[in-house]
Amino acid sequence: MSTVNRETTRPAAGRAGIKKELPAHFKDYRHVWVFIELERGQVHPVSFELLGEGRKLADKLGVELAGVVIGPPGEATRPAVADAFAYGADLVYIVEAPLLADYRNEPFTKAMTDLVVTHKPEILLLGATTLGRDLAGSVATTLLTGLTADCTELDVDTDGSLAATRPTFGGSLLCTIYTLNYRPQMATVRPRVMPMPQRTDRPAGRVIRHKLSVPEDEIVTKVLGFLPDSQSANANLAYADVVVAGGLGLGSAENLQLVKNLARAIGAEHGCSRPLVQKGWMSADRQIGQTGKTIRPKLYIAAGISGAIQHRVGVEGADLIVAINTDPNAPIFDFAHLGIVTDAIRFLPALTEAFTRRLSPHNRDKLAS
Amino acid sequence: MHIVICIKQVPDSAQIRVHPVTNTIMRQGVPTIINPYDLFALEEALRLRDAYDGEVTVLTMGPPMAEDALRKALGYGADRAVLLTDRYFAGSDTLATSYALSQAIAKVGETFGTPDIVFTGKQTIDGDTAQVGPGIAKRLDLLQLTYVAKIASLDLDQREIKVERRSEGGTQMLKSRLPCLITMLEGTNEIRRGSLVDALCAARSQVLKWSAADAGIDDLTRCGLRGSPTVVKRVFAPATRAEKAAQIDTTEKALRDIADELIAAIFTRQPALQHELAFNGGA
Repeated sequence: MSTVNRETTRPAAGRAGIKKELPAHFKDYRHVWVFIELERGQVHPVSFELLGEGRKLADKLGVELAGVVIGPPGEATRPAVADAFAYGADLVYIVEAPLLADYRNEPFTKAMTDLVVTHKPEILLLGATTLGRDLAGSVATTLLTGLTADCTELDVDTDGSLAATRPTFGGSLLCTIYTLNYRPQMATVRPRVMPMPQRTDRPAGRVIRHKLSVPEDEIVTKVLGFLPDSQSANANLAYADVVVAGGLGLGSAENLQLVKNLARAIGAEHGCSRPLVQKGWMSADRQIGQTGKTIRPKLYIAAGISGAIQHRVGVEGADLIVAINTDPNAPIFDFAHLGIVTDAIRFLPALTEAFTRRLSPHNRDKLAS
Repeated sequence: MHIVICIKQVPDSAQIRVHPVTNTIMRQGVPTIINPYDLFALEEALRLRDAYDGEVTVLTMGPPMAEDALRKALGYGADRAVLLTDRYFAGSDTLATSYALSQAIAKVGETFGTPDIVFTGKQTIDGDTAQVGPGIAKRLDLLQLTYVAKIASLDLDQREIKVERRSEGGTQMLKSRLPCLITMLEGTNEIRRGSLVDALCAARSQVLKWSAADAGIDDLTRCGLRGSPTVVKRVFAPATRAEKAAQIDTTEKALRDIADELIAAIFTRQPALQHELAFNGGA
């Protein structure tokens, strides 16, 4: 991939160029599926983002959109099924068994691959979460099909193939990947990369139930327990509406307190760029960018962050990006909406103070009235 | 015990530049490193070996120059290094890569003893897919333990392992069996400084170079471009935004006034934020 030029379509190389025709046994693979990630009673919001994308693909192809829910029998899967319909699914497949109560690779892989082999979807989308990535790799390898990870754009080509675009080399380049002669065409998408679709009151569609008939004693791995993240450590960075982040321009780990102070004053989550995690100044779950979290807030304030491409990839979906940096030529000013060329260490306290003044209870009451 | 760890030599992405005119990756002069995520897996493998006695075999697939990465791994204290290199592997996607590596691991097992644990990093920094580990597990029928933050206990007699696994919103405690494949979470340990003895051994020891045939791969249609179901059709540079950031003038102004001006500009562009910040923040 070292010498490809911009906007060039390479002649499909090797095998792909020889066999353009989809093998006969894949021709009856139809419809678009989205895995609805249900864990401990919660549906991961990335599933809704995928349903939004899946709906567009299904409409372009003129096929149905199905949600796939895997979980225990009974009431536990009901909210996930309702959500799938509310976000655009035409039908929902449920695979249920008591041993599917907690996520484990073995039974979930079996549940998903059995369902694929039985109902033959042409496209299967999963969230690139720890669960989705764990599952997708196993399913694709079992089915011996192609899987494109962390897509940032999904489209349907003129011949009906899935065109999955993803960043490569840390976001320096984008590449569009096809799974030409295998089905299903699988792709994962990271949370917050795609916009959240509108929830609707569509009537519920068909529900097709399957049982997974594997006895518990055939599943080797056992779940001994689950320790939820403590409230304070629970960084819901990806889904925060307002985010403040710091970079190397802050100069020291201590100065990160300035970022946290501003975040607290305006009810934001705080994060950082990759070098700070590498220096051990902040924990990895606070990292924003290609190898960290993708965010899509209404307001993003980047303090002392130069804006390397791999950071840019993770924040481009923000509605409003404010950059504070001493270097007027920092790349962050190429994609921020508002910029201030100044020292973040000096400016952050002033900004925190100004916000606090503006948002004081007195002014707040005036706003509300 | 025998542990196999798979590593990858990657370009140091912090130093990658795209040529401004041709939009190609400029590889010249970009140093290569061991994929940073792999170092956590390597350290964990070395710690287990030190605690339970045994051997660590480090394996990579790549061009001949990937030998450098293996030498570094030997320098950290790995006992043996295998370089899987063959022109038939060129153009491998994750499925073809996991095929070749799993075949090589099976061969390593035949030659030097069946591995109890296979380690990989969480993902690479150049491909970022996190798929090769699970792919190897599936092909070798190893129990799959991804995003492992901690190995809580290991019982070689009972062939039992307990791990803490990072999942969305918490930590899963899992009990499983050997042989298994573990992908190690980042930040879980720190790679050791290799000892002088290790450095001397690394310089002297041989890196085994295996072709596809050496690794026992007879079906070459499952390797490289031919064995890859995915095809890269187009490579292009990300679109750049036409306008740059609107700069707030800071000349001869007090920080306080600049801050007020910025807040006004924020609320002008996103009026709805005014309410949201007022009611979320100010705590």
